[in-house]
Amino acid sequence: MNTLRVLGGIVINSVERVGRAAMFLYEVLLGSWELLRRFYLVVQQVYAVGVLTLLIILVSGLFVGMVLGLQGYNTLVKFGSANSLGLLVALSLVRELGPVVTALLFAGRAGSALTAEIGLMKATEQLAGMEMMAVNPVTRVIAPRFLGGVIAMPLLTALFSAIGVMGGHLVGVGLLGVDAGAFWSQMQNGVDFHDDIMNGVIKSVVFGVVVTWISVFEGYDAVPTSEGVASATNRTVVYSSLAVLGLDFILTALTLGEV
Amino acid sequence: MINRKSLELWVGLFVAAGILALAMLAFKVGNLTSADVMDGYKVTARFDNVGGLKVKAAVTMAGVRIGRVSAIAFDNKKYQALVTMDIDGRYQNIPKDSSASILTSGLLGDQYVGIEPGGDEASLQNGDSFLRTQSALVLEKLVGQVIFNKAGESAPAK
Repeated sequence: MNTLRVLGGIVINSVERVGRAAMFLYEVLLGSWELLRRFYLVVQQVYAVGVLTLLIILVSGLFVGMVLGLQGYNTLVKFGSANSLGLLVALSLVRELGPVVTALLFAGRAGSALTAEIGLMKATEQLAGMEMMAVNPVTRVIAPRFLGGVIAMPLLTALFSAIGVMGGHLVGVGLLGVDAGAFWSQMQNGVDFHDDIMNGVIKSVVFGVVVTWISVFEGYDAVPTSEGVASATNRTVVYSSLAVLGLDFILTALTLGEV
Repeated sequence: MINRKSLELWVGLFVAAGILALAMLAFKVGNLTSADVMDGYKVTARFDNVGGLKVKAAVTMAGVRIGRVSAIAFDNKKYQALVTMDIDGRYQNIPKDSSASILTSGLLGDQYVGIEPGGDEASLQNGDSFLRTQSALVLEKLVGQVIFNKAGESAPAK
């Protein structure tokens, strides 16, 4: 009997939390409109979540591309089609690895920082102080961070994929001796702008919204103690990663339309 | 916190680099440049068998891509496949008695439509169709034919 009650409590709590998160997103979106007049706040956040994440994105993109080049070459060469290496690297990056790995790294690097920052603002009662001064903390603090994340994610993804293709080129053409012309021409023949590249862009926008939403909500909803902020940061990374991987399957199934 | 000017510079650089990366993906990695047929016209061809031809497959002449397949339908009266092609508007004077055949690029490559020019003075207009066509080679039939011929050769020798 008691376990049933605990189970019910968990379900009710989590449904309540989802509801709060949805209401919160609505408020943030309303607040975003007012930000058009004070766009500098958003620019600041694009710097914090975008520019400062750039290094890890570029380095990982380069290495993911290089590993794809190596692995792909070793498999393709068995079938005598090493010339398709460019196609393999570009398609895997643009369709799948670019958006997903960028979103995971973003959740780890920028999402956790957002949660910790907002959670600490709440714990030190800065948010309550703003409300006392009739400043809406959602418009002033949350919405710029949300918009900054949503703007930064597609750009980071594009950079990740682009530098990954460069990495694949570096290993494939430079090290393993695949013909550079075949590398690029097979890639251009096989990668379609609407089906593949736009698909990746749509994914990155969706991931940007979801990861930033989870990050700012967890921060705003954190228990205002040091343990509360710690577990909120923890939850941000876990939930964002799960959401990204789950949504990735759904989006891929929708766009491929063959499931 | 860094000052406003350099912050704006960094964000500007970041956004510009991101857009540049997207443009590189679109033009260098993808095929945005060669994707569309410029104000083309439509011609059709009937094939007994299209094999693995797909919509968006290339239509080539002398090996150069001049258009793409826009639709493949089944003609219920003639029991043939009706292939509609978009030909680039720059190539207007394809002779009317040209023939279209379905070819394969490489051993396992994609199938495409190859056009062999004829000798007619009049050229194909929008909505015209190819009179002479050659169907896709079906590997099973070919293998079957070879085996059949071999059997025919060796039988009388005994």
